[in-house]
Amino acid sequence: MRRRSYEEPIPISELKLDLSSVDVPVIRNIVSRGFNKNQLLILKEIRCNIGRSLTSILRDASRRYGIPLSTLKLNAKILKDLNILKVDNGGSRGVYLTPLGEFVCELLGITSYGREFSVDPKLIQSLNEKASLVRKHVLEMMAEAGSGHVGASLSVVDVLVALYFAKMRYDPKNPSWPLRDRLILSEGHAAPALYAVLALAGFIPTSELYKLRDINNYLSGHPEIIIPGVDMVSGSLGQGLSVGCGMALALKRDGINSKVYVILGDGELDEGQVWEAALTASKYKLNNLVAIVDRNRYQQGGPTEHIKPLEPLAMKWIAFGWHVIEVNGHDFRELLRALNEVDYVMDKPSAIIAHTIKGKGYPPAEGNNDYHNKPISKDELRLWGFK
Amino acid sequence: MRWVLSKLITELGFKRSDLYVVDADSSMSAMLTSFSENFPERYVNVGISEQGLVGVAVGIASCGKKVVICTYSMFLMRAWEQLRNLVGRTRLDVKIVGTHSGISSYGDGPSHQCIEDVALMRVIPGMKVFVPADSIALRCCFEDIIDSEGPTYIRVGRDEDERVYSECSCRLGVANVIKDGGDVAIIASGGMVAEALKAANELKRLGIDAAVIDSHTIKPIDRDTILKYAMKTGAVVTAEEHSIYGGLGSAVAELLVNEYPVPIAFVGIKDAFGKSARNLSDLRRYLGLTSSDIVNAVRKVVSRR
Repeated sequence: MRRRSYEEPIPISELKLDLSSVDVPVIRNIVSRGFNKNQLLILKEIRCNIGRSLTSILRDASRRYGIPLSTLKLNAKILKDLNILKVDNGGSRGVYLTPLGEFVCELLGITSYGREFSVDPKLIQSLNEKASLVRKHVLEMMAEAGSGHVGASLSVVDVLVALYFAKMRYDPKNPSWPLRDRLILSEGHAAPALYAVLALAGFIPTSELYKLRDINNYLSGHPEIIIPGVDMVSGSLGQGLSVGCGMALALKRDGINSKVYVILGDGELDEGQVWEAALTASKYKLNNLVAIVDRNRYQQGGPTEHIKPLEPLAMKWIAFGWHVIEVNGHDFRELLRALNEVDYVMDKPSAIIAHTIKGKGYPPAEGNNDYHNKPISKDELRLWGFK
Repeated sequence: MRWVLSKLITELGFKRSDLYVVDADSSMSAMLTSFSENFPERYVNVGISEQGLVGVAVGIASCGKKVVICTYSMFLMRAWEQLRNLVGRTRLDVKIVGTHSGISSYGDGPSHQCIEDVALMRVIPGMKVFVPADSIALRCCFEDIIDSEGPTYIRVGRDEDERVYSECSCRLGVANVIKDGGDVAIIASGGMVAEALKAANELKRLGIDAAVIDSHTIKPIDRDTILKYAMKTGAVVTAEEHSIYGGLGSAVAELLVNEYPVPIAFVGIKDAFGKSARNLSDLRRYLGLTSSDIVNAVRKVVSRR
C-alpha cells in the first residue's frame, strides 16, 4: 500500500505498483498514461483542498513545486475539457471533481484520505502475541469439537485482532452498549476465531471456548446473537453486508458516531446479495460502514479464480462507489493504517481487501485447501507443537 | 387495501419516532410518499433487491428500532432464507407486509400470484402470521402488531374486493366468529371470509346452519375458538386464497387431528398455479375459490359426519 505526504507529486511509475492483483495495476497504468505529471498533481491538490477556488489552488501548487502557473493553468483547462473537474463560478463550492473525476482519482489511488500514520512498535508486538494466542485457541477448540473450518478461522485472525485490540470501541461488561462499534462476521464459518477474540476481549470466559459446538453450550458452529459480543447472526453466506447497511444507516440517522465492520470471505462474494448491499451502501453514502474482505483466494471447492473469478476485485468495489484499500492481511502495520484511513472517508463506504493465507499459522493448513473444513486431531496438533 | 396501509403507517410514524419503513421499490413506494415525505430519515428504499431489503431491515431493527418491510409478497418469498436466517433467528422487531398476495394481482398471472406465503412464513419459528379480511380488520390490529415483540408477517391483497366488517371487532390472536351456527364451521381467512359469508347464506336455504369464523391470526392459531366450534358442529371447512398445502387449512387440521378429530374439507388452490384473468371473479371460478365451492365442500363434509 502506498502512502506518501502530499508535499510531493506522485511519480507515475509508482502508481502501478499498488495492487497485488493482475488486472488493476494494468488498468491503473493505462489510465494514468492519459495524464501528465502536472495533471495528476492538480487532481491530487483538488482532492485535498475542498471548497477552494481553482486559481488559489494552482497558485499554491506553483509556488510549492516550482512549476510555472501558466503550465498548471493550461493543464487544468485540459482536465476541465475532459469533464474531470468543474469550476463553480461565483458559487461557494470552488473547484470540484465531477463524478467521472472522482472515479478516475479512486482508480488511480489519488485520495485525500491519507494521513501520516505511525504505530507504536510495542502495540504491534502485543498484537502479534495476541494473534498467536488466538490461533492456539482456535486450533485447540476445533480439535476439541472434532469439526470446524480451519482455513478461514486462521486466515481472518489478524484482521479480528487488529479490530478488537487496536481499533474498535466496546464494553465487554455491557455488550449491547448503544455507542459501541459493531462487527458482523459475515463469513460465519470463521466463528472459532471470533469466539477466541471475544474471550480475549473479556466477553466470554476462556474456559467456554473448549465447549465449542457442544449441545450444552452457547458457542454454536456459526455465530448466534445470544453469544455476548456477537452483534449479528451469520452462517448463511452473503447476508452480513446488507445487515451492516441497515446498522450503519440507523446509527447515522441517530447521530451515533460508531462504525460497522463487516468481514466477508472472498468465496462469499459469489453471492448476489453482497452486491445488492454494495449498491445500497453507496446510495446512502455510508462512510461508517467498512467491508473487510478476507482474501485468502480459496473457497470450499478450490481457488476462487477457478470457481468464479473475482478479479479485478478492487475495480469492482471502486465501480460500485466504494473507497478501496488493499493490504497484507497479516501485517498489523498495514491493517491499522488502512483502518485509520477509512475514518477520513467522508462520502462513501470503504472496502479493505485483506490479502491473507488460508490456514495461516498452522503449517500443514497454510495455503492448503484440504483444510477448508477438515477435522484436526489433538495428536496432530501435538505433532506440530501446539498444546 | 394499500392506501389504508399507507395511511396507517403514516399515522403510526407520527406516534412512534422509532418506526422505520424499508421498501424495495414496489408499487407501495408511490403510496408511501406520505410517510417518506414526513419522515425522510426513517424511510429507506433499497431498490429492487428483496434479499438486501431483509438484511437492511434486520440491521436497523438491531439498533432498537421497529421496522416495517413493505413489498410484493411474491418477490419477498425469494428472500425466504433471509427471513428465516436473519429475522427468524434473531427474533427482532421486523414486521413484514406482503402486498398483492393471494390472487389479488389477477391480471399479472402466476408469476405475481403468491399462493404459498402463509405456508412459508408459518414454518419459521417465532414468526406470527396475520391475514386481515379487509381494511377494517387491518386497521383494527395494525398498531397492536407493531407494538408486539418479534416478527410478524402481514398478508394483504392489492385492492380491497369486498368489505366484511362495518366496525372494528377483531382482536389479534383471537379468531372472530362473524356468524354463529350449529351444523358446520367454516373457518376462512383474507378474501375468502366474504365468500364464506355468502356460502353461509346459500346454505341457510339448504337448511344447513353454518358458523363463519374469520381466523385472521393463522399463527399462533386460536386453539380455543376452533376447538369449541369443532366440538359444537362436528364438521369443519376451511377456505383460503392459498395453496391447500401448508396454509390455514393445514393449521386447522394440525390442531384438530391432535385434539379433536372431525371431518374436515379444504377450499383452496389444489396444487396448481394461478392464471392471468381480466377480473378476480373469473380467476376465483377457475381456481375453485367461490362461495359455491364452499357450499359443495360443506355438503360433502356434513355427509361424512
